[in-house]
Amino acid sequence: MKNRMLIKFDSVSENEGFARNVIASFLLPLNPGIGELTDVKTAVSEAVTNAIVHGYPDTVGEVTMLAETDGESVHIVISDSGVGIDDLEAALEPFYTTKPDDERSGMGFTIIKTFMDEVKVISKQNVGTIVDMTKRLTSVA
Amino acid sequence: MEIKYAQSKGKLYIYLSGELDEYTARYAKSEIESAIASSGNISCVVFNFSKTTFMDSTGIGVLLGRYKILKKVGIPIYIQSPSVSINKILQISGIYEIMPKI
Repeated sequence: MKNRMLIKFDSVSENEGFARNVIASFLLPLNPGIGELTDVKTAVSEAVTNAIVHGYPDTVGEVTMLAETDGESVHIVISDSGVGIDDLEAALEPFYTTKPDDERSGMGFTIIKTFMDEVKVISKQNVGTIVDMTKRLTSVA
Repeated sequence: MEIKYAQSKGKLYIYLSGELDEYTARYAKSEIESAIASSGNISCVVFNFSKTTFMDSTGIGVLLGRYKILKKVGIPIYIQSPSVSINKILQISGIYEIMPKI
C-alpha cells in the first residue's frame, strides 16, 4: 500500500508527542512490529526535538514532517527553517552537545542512526536543517 | 508524565510513569529533585521504568544530570525494569556503565 502525508506544526515541545502519535497512526495500517514502531517514534522524537530546541532556540518557527511509504519501508523527512547546524560533522558524533549546561545528552543523532536504516542530514546556517531517514518494516504482513 | 517515589530499606525508588521527552523533562527533573531532597538518608536511588511508555535522549540527559549531583554525595543510581526500546537507548548511551541495571 502506497501512502503519503505532510504536516506542519509550531516548534513548541508539546508537539513532540503530537508528531510521535501522527507517525504511529500513519504506520499502523502497515501492521509494523511494536519494536519497529517505537524505533520510528523515537527517531521522529529526536529529530523534532532537535528542530525545536536547536533549530529555533529563541523563536517559535515551523517544523515540517513528511512521511511516505511503499508498503515495505517508511521514508520520513523532518525539516525546519531555523538557525542550522554550525558543525554538522561534530553534531553527528555521540555525546556532542552545544548545550551541556542544559543537561543535554548529545545522543540524538546517534539514536536516529541506530534506529533507522538510512539517515541523511543536510543543514545550512540560517537556512535550516533537514533530517531524511528511512526504515524498512520487516514485520509488514 | 507522573512521578511517584517510595523508600524501602534505605533505597529510594523513583517510578517514572508515562512519556519522558523534552516536554516533560523539566517537570520530571523537579519532581526527582524534590523526591531526593525529602528522602533523608539513603544508600542509593533506583529509577524504575516499568511504567515508562516512551523515552528519548532527553531522558538520558535527565539521568546524567541526576548522576552528576548524586555522585558528589556518593549515592549510586540503579536502573530497573526498562522496556526493550528504553533498554536499547540506555545501552547505546553507555548509561549502564555508570548506572547498573538491577
